[in-house]
Amino acid sequence: MPITSLPALALAQKLHAGELKITEVLDAYYAAMDALDGQFNCYVLRTCEHAYARAALIQPRLDAGEIRSPLAGVPVAVKDLICTEGIETTCASNMLRGFKPPYSATAAERLWAADMILLGKTNMDEFAMGSTTETSAFGATKNPRNPAHVPGGSSGGSAAALAAALAPVALGSDTGGSIRQPASYCGVTGLKPTYGAVSRYGLIAYASSLDQIGPMGRNAADCAALFEILKGADPRDSTCVAHPNTPATPVGQLRVGLPAEYFGEGLHPAVAAAVLAAKDALVAQGATVVELHLPMAEYAIPTYYVVACAEACSNLSRYDGIKYGHSAAQAESLRDTYILSRSEGFGMEVKRRIMLGNFVLSSGYFDAYYKKALQAKSLIQRDFRCAFEGCDVILGPVAPTTAPRLGESLSDPLKMYLSDIYTVMVNLAGLPALALPCGADSAGLPVGLQLIGRPFEEATLFAAAAALENLN
Amino acid sequence: MQYETVIGLEVHTELATQSKIFCACTTKFGGAANTHVCPVCSGMPGSLPVLNRAVVEYAIRTGLATHCAITRSTKFDRKNYFYPDLPKAYQISQLYQPICTDGWISITGAEGEAKRINIREIHMEEDAGKLVHDPWEDASLADFNRCGVPLLEIVSQPELRSASEAIDYIERLKAILEYTGVSDCKMQEGSLRADVNLSVRPVGSPVLGTRTEMKNINSLRAIARAIAAETARQIELIEDGGRVVQETRRWDDDAGESHAMRSKEDAQDYKYFPEPDLPPIEISEAQIEKIRAALPELPDDKKRRYIEAFGLPEYDTGILTGSIHLVRLFERTAQFCGDPKEAANWILGEVLRLLQQTQTLPEDMQFDPDALGKLILLVKQNTINRGTAKKVFAEVFQHNVEPESYVKANNLALVTDDGAIRETLRQMLAANEKSAAEYRAGKEQALQYLIGQGMRALRGQAPAQEVTRILKEMLA
Repeated sequence: MPITSLPALALAQKLHAGELKITEVLDAYYAAMDALDGQFNCYVLRTCEHAYARAALIQPRLDAGEIRSPLAGVPVAVKDLICTEGIETTCASNMLRGFKPPYSATAAERLWAADMILLGKTNMDEFAMGSTTETSAFGATKNPRNPAHVPGGSSGGSAAALAAALAPVALGSDTGGSIRQPASYCGVTGLKPTYGAVSRYGLIAYASSLDQIGPMGRNAADCAALFEILKGADPRDSTCVAHPNTPATPVGQLRVGLPAEYFGEGLHPAVAAAVLAAKDALVAQGATVVELHLPMAEYAIPTYYVVACAEACSNLSRYDGIKYGHSAAQAESLRDTYILSRSEGFGMEVKRRIMLGNFVLSSGYFDAYYKKALQAKSLIQRDFRCAFEGCDVILGPVAPTTAPRLGESLSDPLKMYLSDIYTVMVNLAGLPALALPCGADSAGLPVGLQLIGRPFEEATLFAAAAALENLN
Repeated sequence: MQYETVIGLEVHTELATQSKIFCACTTKFGGAANTHVCPVCSGMPGSLPVLNRAVVEYAIRTGLATHCAITRSTKFDRKNYFYPDLPKAYQISQLYQPICTDGWISITGAEGEAKRINIREIHMEEDAGKLVHDPWEDASLADFNRCGVPLLEIVSQPELRSASEAIDYIERLKAILEYTGVSDCKMQEGSLRADVNLSVRPVGSPVLGTRTEMKNINSLRAIARAIAAETARQIELIEDGGRVVQETRRWDDDAGESHAMRSKEDAQDYKYFPEPDLPPIEISEAQIEKIRAALPELPDDKKRRYIEAFGLPEYDTGILTGSIHLVRLFERTAQFCGDPKEAANWILGEVLRLLQQTQTLPEDMQFDPDALGKLILLVKQNTINRGTAKKVFAEVFQHNVEPESYVKANNLALVTDDGAIRETLRQMLAANEKSAAEYRAGKEQALQYLIGQGMRALRGQAPAQEVTRILKEMLA
């Protein structure tokens, strides 16, 4: 089996057993990028020099049997909105082109402490705003399963890198589905952790109350191993807490909830069939099925876009052309500096969301939009609390369809927003959800399902996912 | 028509915490530009605020000292606006659930009566940076050292009626903040500044006039001048048939006038919303009680106690207790010399006189705090007289000399040895036989002359009574 086809834990075993050297692994991945990434555009930056320098530090430790983590020595791709010290971090935006943070995100530091090695920074929708990775200032990423289609987004670069065997594991971030949806479109696995399970320090904020960094991989076990490294309290993020490590509910005792709202109008039949087949597979292993309702689901999309855009417009105000990032050369006054720098630096989708956010927060509209959205958010949380009284996990599709063709979504942003219907509720409720492949449509494009859990019950999700993978 | 001025104050005070409100950077004043900064306070992408719990404690302390209710579940909000001194383009502040509400402090009203000024709320927030204009480049440079220094904003109800009430309110508030150790209140360093909201109305009118706001005035003198000028401007406007426009004005203390900055119509929309990066803060009853129990004696209580225990006059006690630095000097001196009344007299007399004369603030007094007590004891023990003591104290105040050694080195001690006094007087009488003869012949004025000559011969360093007694004896 080629090195780049090995899942991360299998690769780690070979590295730890001395059967492979880290440089051989790096050589294989960079050669694969040379061969394929011109076509897919998964990476916005390859960090070769950095990677080989780290390999030289880590290899002697592996040789001496000092194995710092189950993924020690394994390379990892990191979405380009996670700060890496001294290494360009751009959010795929012209606004931050050339920005080299003087610090690393806590999540990145945990990767380094686990002796993992940065392969490169992956492409994404600009500032994580988008569901296709087409809003990137570095050009769109293509879906390796069919390059005429989008990889999903916003963590499309990370998902496509996994699908194209250009990385063994990757970090993504998920604000409204940005890990799960591209995982689903590319046929890989990705976890959106419980809000507060992974530190957001150094994650360039889109919507602070919804953003989470999460692991992406080719299977659930790799994601679980990476999640172990990432999770845990961080004194630099007050919203991040110690993980209680709730043990998994075995599949044989699992009560699987099926929300009627996740299988209604708009869901493509091929997606529905694949997801329901996975449900049957769980039942065959002893799980029971509970039908349930999430009545607030119809308000999820507007609630999400109001909350996310409001926070985004504030979070993105700091890009004013004064301290770092793009500064308009023509500006002749302070006002000009603000207006021109931001007009030139931000792309269309980012501007759209900044304007939406400013609108919903402005005086006279705050009560009707933002305040209302916060109320809806707490009702959505209540829906899930009620649902989880009768079940242990909720199973549903990640997206209504398989990956759309390139260019299809940009022309109709509202349609793109509506396709987030199954994912955004999870972020609003702060719950963990794991997306994994469960088949393909007639064109061979992957279909993904998601398992949603109670707060901090990621272990149950990984166990159920493993049970489904064993069937394939 | 007679008008009444209606004033509400928003006082901003920088807290005396070691580190900033949301990061570990120092709060020290000064320092080369942009050296007290980190990714958090300079608003770098991806950085997150972490609350300094000392700020919450200081805010509670202030709230309890000003009779406020403490909000048991409080949280932060974002105030969004673009300005180059605000690197995140939002200030983390409190709008919806401020930490303290509904308090009051006592001031002295127009008739000398005690008057309660209600405090609407106290909230926590972060300070912004500073812009420094560079005249050579005709550009403004941003210094972020002050970004993230913790502030309390203390908002009064519009219950002040004159500049003197406003000044009294600020001075009382300043004393409370200093007593509780919450702030050093150094106005010249900007650690205490006020926004003045002011309107006028016909005396007796129950409705408030249209108000204007003057922002960031940072000296008591400037506040008083701004109030006087704005009151006059508004009355003149109304008398001339115009009307006051609700607006923000900038007070130019050099010119002695204010200028309109922006009207209500183009007032900024700060688009406040709850800060998502900081969870709500739950404050327990136990925490509040612990802070209450540790509160020091506050200015009003101390004043009452001084009046009762030491029989000091009310007015003087007010001045003494108005500054924690004078209080500290007083209590130390009183303890050292065992005579509180004498200690108070010295502080209200010589200390205040020298502070005034040298344009020094009480917090900048440099001398050994025991020196004044030592000096008082020297007078009590008849080692030196009062006049000498004042001269010595001037040296203590300005050069921090040690009183006893200074007296010794400069030979200022009183001559108390009977024999030595007699010897000096004998020599003096020998040189003034004519006057001595006149006295003996019954000319009383001659004695005064001889006493003067005797004191001079003794260089003023003998008790006058003693000199008189001995001289009379020798002439008898």
